[in-house]
Amino acid sequence: MSPGIVVTAILMIGVAVGTPLVVDQFELLQLTVFASMCILALSLGVVWGYGGILCFGQSAFFGLGGYTYAVTAVNRGESTLAIGLGIVVPALFAALLGYFMFYGRLSDVYLGVITLSVTLIFFNLVNSTAGDAYRIGSARLNGFNGMPSLPTFNVPGDPGRLLDPTETFYLVMALLLIVYGGLHLLLASHFGRVVVAVRENETRCELLGYDVRQVKLSIFTIGGGIAGLAGCLFANWGAFVSPTMFSLSMTSQIIIWVIVGGLGTLVGPIIGCLIMQYLATALGTQQLANTNLIFGVIFLAFVLLVPRGIVPSLGVLRARWLRARSSRPAA
Amino acid sequence: MDLVAVLGLEILNGIASLVLISVGLAIIFGMMRVINLAHGEFLMLGGYAAIIATSHGVNIWISMLVVAPIVVGLIGIVAERLIIRVLYGRMIDTLLATWGLSLFFIGLVTTIFGNSVAGIGAPLGSVAVGRYSISLYRLFLVGVAAAMVVAIYAVLRGTRAGLLARATMENPNMAAALGVSPPRVYATTFGVGAALTGLAGGVLAPISGVLPTVGAAYVAKAFITVISGGTAIVAGTATAAGLFGTVSQLVTYLTTPVIGEAGLLVAAILLLRVLPHGITGRIFRGSL
Repeated sequence: MSPGIVVTAILMIGVAVGTPLVVDQFELLQLTVFASMCILALSLGVVWGYGGILCFGQSAFFGLGGYTYAVTAVNRGESTLAIGLGIVVPALFAALLGYFMFYGRLSDVYLGVITLSVTLIFFNLVNSTAGDAYRIGSARLNGFNGMPSLPTFNVPGDPGRLLDPTETFYLVMALLLIVYGGLHLLLASHFGRVVVAVRENETRCELLGYDVRQVKLSIFTIGGGIAGLAGCLFANWGAFVSPTMFSLSMTSQIIIWVIVGGLGTLVGPIIGCLIMQYLATALGTQQLANTNLIFGVIFLAFVLLVPRGIVPSLGVLRARWLRARSSRPAA
Repeated sequence: MDLVAVLGLEILNGIASLVLISVGLAIIFGMMRVINLAHGEFLMLGGYAAIIATSHGVNIWISMLVVAPIVVGLIGIVAERLIIRVLYGRMIDTLLATWGLSLFFIGLVTTIFGNSVAGIGAPLGSVAVGRYSISLYRLFLVGVAAAMVVAIYAVLRGTRAGLLARATMENPNMAAALGVSPPRVYATTFGVGAALTGLAGGVLAPISGVLPTVGAAYVAKAFITVISGGTAIVAGTATAAGLFGTVSQLVTYLTTPVIGEAGLLVAAILLLRVLPHGITGRIFRGSL
């Protein structure tokens, strides 16, 4: 592990332990949802930044995770199985969708469009589930209105013992840390290196005997599962799911986080997510300019002017600075 | 019998609206290979242009068929000059930049006109077929769609401008060596694609209404149609629209409109699994 990763991990632990001591409940809840969103950002960060798969469907997996959690938790009255299913179902769906896309050898562009339309269709489908006819077990889907007052997380095996906000914050931070560290371990493994190799040169990997389709499918499925986990956390946070989890603005937010933070890093999407979430909250409380308008401008500015994103650009600046310093004659 | 006629007309309408929302994209994406994710917003802007012109006293036909394409065509040319031009050949960056552009348009229109549905009444009345009544305006849309396909085919095949456009897309360096200015051809072609999109948005406005986020409903369907059509943009888009229009209207008739849309997507994914290069990658090869 490189020092950067260790520093980031220690920083996260510090934040996790220290924050509840200094902030009030409202800010703690705010930070909990930010951290859940960071997990969502990581899911696209690994699929796109390392797998080279530009997926507009990350919000579909996010929403699917949230809804799976909601339906299971309402039916069972406890959350442990619901979280498990909330990860497995989106991962399975990602695997199915990925099978058609990767084994059909669709190119990048088509991937983007197919995943985008899957997201839109989900959004429309879930929106149209209003009324009593649309129920799974005892859970009504409620269409556009979403599903309110969901059971929140409980201690596994003890449905009566619910987690309080501080405990939930610890849990979410721990999960963020596990996902972050786990992805780094995964990327350092043989499989992870093959994933990056496929991103760099698909044909060469194929000629070296790797099944490129299978590699892409695997990383896509992992990304789907992580997005599903983020969906569970989001559903738990507000005790609420609604079709907006599938919406286009959700998808565009995830992509903006990764673009702003930087492709090909894991800390980048986290930083991008925090900056943009903070900005979105700040913009939401004022009426001067439309959030879409500002996000669109930021999006365009980054693609045209800072295409690498913040973190890799900082890395380039740092390398330049180090070179300038070392080329100076020693006094 | 009446039911068959009405269902047939519904299918024809489904095909026509798919053709309308995808012809502009067939030129911009199919021909120029520019992934314009702001396509849905071009349609939305066309709708707003038509509605606003009409509400300011312009004749409804002029505002749909003249004002909307001119406004959106100009917006398209500006977007090409400022953003797309920098990114030719960088497909993913184009895709992201136009996505940003689409958010920008949504935000801008929401700021100006508010997040509510605007609409104009559809002109022309309706006609009775047995026990059913059919809107004449929908028949007019079928006519517009057919006219657009024929016109694009005729221009690309029969005129010097069409020849120059095709040659430049095929090999810009060779075209430049023969005295054509590729940047100008790109800008014009993009403008034409945007104008056709604006026209489509204008004529669709009376039946679908417009709101700032309406583009999302169109963009995925348009891309699916053009991609499934394959390399021959006119024949491909027309056949793909025919296929998907039929599938989605039949499924809609049997179930609900939302499931009809899902059926369209499933049909497209299955089709691309079998024919990864689209319909005209296998059949009608070499046509236009």
